[in-house]
Amino acid sequence: MRLLRSRALLLAGLLACGALLVLCLLASVRFGAARIGTWEVISAFTDYGGSEEDLIIRTLRVPRALIAALVGASLAVAGAIMQGLTRNPLADPGILGIEAGAALAVVGSVFLFGVSSLSTYALFAFLGGGVAAGAVYGLGSLGHGGMTPIKLTIAGAALAALFSSLTTAMLILNQQTLEEIRFWLAGSVAGRDLGLLLQVLPYMLAGLLLSLALSRQITTLSLGDDVAAGLGQKTGRVKALAAVGVVLLAGSSVAIAGPIGFIGLVIPHVVRFFVGVDYRWILPYSVFLGAILLVSADIAARVALRPQELPVGVMTALVGAPFFVYLARWRVKR
Amino acid sequence: MSSRRWGGKAVVRGGRAPFSFRIDLRAVFVFVALTIVALAGIVVNVGVGEYRIAPLDVVKTILGIEAGDGGYDFIVNTLRLPRALVAVLVGVALAISGTILQGLTRNPLAAPDIVGINAGAGLAAVTLIVAFPSVSAAFVPPAAFVGAVAVAALLYLLAWRGGSSPMRLVLIGVGLGAAASAFTTLMITFGEIQQVSRALVWLTGSVYGRTWDEVWPFLPWLLVFVPLAFAGSRHLNALNLGDEVAMGLGAHVERERGILLLSSVALAAAAVATAGTVGFVAFVAPHIARQLVGPNHGGLLPTAAMAGGAIVVIADLVGRTLFAPVEIPCGIVTSIIGAPYFLYLLYRTGRAK
Repeated sequence: MRLLRSRALLLAGLLACGALLVLCLLASVRFGAARIGTWEVISAFTDYGGSEEDLIIRTLRVPRALIAALVGASLAVAGAIMQGLTRNPLADPGILGIEAGAALAVVGSVFLFGVSSLSTYALFAFLGGGVAAGAVYGLGSLGHGGMTPIKLTIAGAALAALFSSLTTAMLILNQQTLEEIRFWLAGSVAGRDLGLLLQVLPYMLAGLLLSLALSRQITTLSLGDDVAAGLGQKTGRVKALAAVGVVLLAGSSVAIAGPIGFIGLVIPHVVRFFVGVDYRWILPYSVFLGAILLVSADIAARVALRPQELPVGVMTALVGAPFFVYLARWRVKR
Repeated sequence: MSSRRWGGKAVVRGGRAPFSFRIDLRAVFVFVALTIVALAGIVVNVGVGEYRIAPLDVVKTILGIEAGDGGYDFIVNTLRLPRALVAVLVGVALAISGTILQGLTRNPLAAPDIVGINAGAGLAAVTLIVAFPSVSAAFVPPAAFVGAVAVAALLYLLAWRGGSSPMRLVLIGVGLGAAASAFTTLMITFGEIQQVSRALVWLTGSVYGRTWDEVWPFLPWLLVFVPLAFAGSRHLNALNLGDEVAMGLGAHVERERGILLLSSVALAAAAVATAGTVGFVAFVAPHIARQLVGPNHGGLLPTAAMAGGAIVVIADLVGRTLFAPVEIPCGIVTSIIGAPYFLYLLYRTGRAK
């Protein structure tokens, strides 16, 4: 059922994940387009002299590593909650159209109102993500038999197709918008400075805290609505709060890094393999493993074709799409 | 030969000859009406433009009768008619493809748009346009076709597990589509902005500047696979009841499903290769048809086909005239009109149950 059987092992595992994350963050600061030695990296913190290397480390690499970690953690937690709430192993903010909805809202705001500040992006991303989440959930629950994984997945993919065709429409009509936003659209954590992160950070932290606070209730809900209601849970309220958490997490991730797919899909499955079905452990593990995955994917995106950089969204798709196919082939029961 | 009618259905019996079939008179009526709409769409579409031509003159010129000042022939038959024809044919192909997929998967949301077939075509075409700008544009359609078929083949292969299941097909299709669009995004991000714009127009679907050179390669696909799809419509009714029931009714489930799927993929691939990924036609046309003639695929398939043809040609007309002289690709029009209609339909079917 799960690999880590005792409480002590679970705690030790969490610590190990934390240590691994710190290593990944250090590696992310150390490696990059410009070759900077380890000692110069250290001296950028201990003995800041304003040299070019120091600037690169402090204003480019450190924010980038932090952003990658936070976005990865948020997406993984959002995916874990969605999978628990919908009892759907294929749920993910990308697959279910939430990121596409957020992207449409952001592109629309640039196209219609000429918005160009990241804090306003965030607002529109929440709006679009929230509307998309509601629509997908509503559409996926229509018809006989209520919500099933396949109906939810198809509703999400259909809405994602709709949102991205509308996004493309706006980009065709206005080349300037395209130029401004296309790198953002690919999903990337490059070139964001710390100020941008600070603008979105409150929403992200609120989403994370809300999710962690709900972890016990989500564990109960993942056993089924009837079971949860039978145990005295107000299922409607828990679902609504959890949905708010998902929208906060996915929306702020999209606002800062653009749509990055598949992390929310892959990480919860990996985590469940280690810790079982208790969301009080799944969510903290998802925080760390999601951060580790996105930080290392970002390192790979920088180093693979140096000095050319790949958008990290492509790297996660490279890992995530085969995993999705594997799940659909072997893990989804009719 | 005799025929009998009751309740809007006619039964044709061959007397001594061993055949008999039912015709849904309502479906025939609706089909004829939609055909007239599509033809009217062609005529108006050909007549409208910088140089306006009266509808009657358009019809005369198409039929080869000298009309107006005689200079119409070039404008009508060489410049505008092929474009309108491509629009109708693309609509027909997409609609049939969508109807088959919805029937096979028993899901009203299935369409080539979401099982990755369009995304595969898009990736191949955008890669060619952006990464190899020196290659002639004539190679884009074949590339798109190959991309669509490659994804479909991979999809069938991955979904096969001692038999194909419609659910696995859709889910794996969604995954493949997501992967393909990630790489399309990569191309869009790094391409030269001029080429990227071109690629995006292709991605939304447009029949701009299509000539007879695009019509002729498209036709054989229609001539082969549309009859194949119609022949399979009977099995589609059986498969719609579930694999077990279909088997009980004597259908070779895997074979029929394979043939139907092949037709669906071939039609979608040919359409996408010709006009790019025109969105939501494959979704919406089957729904319109189902509202008009009910769920029997015998009447549904031709009706959906004509509805699709009419939708695309009218969308192209709207896209050309609304903000003239600026042209909007017809794929944008179909998405903007089709998407809300699609949502409304879902809302209604959800409440009815």
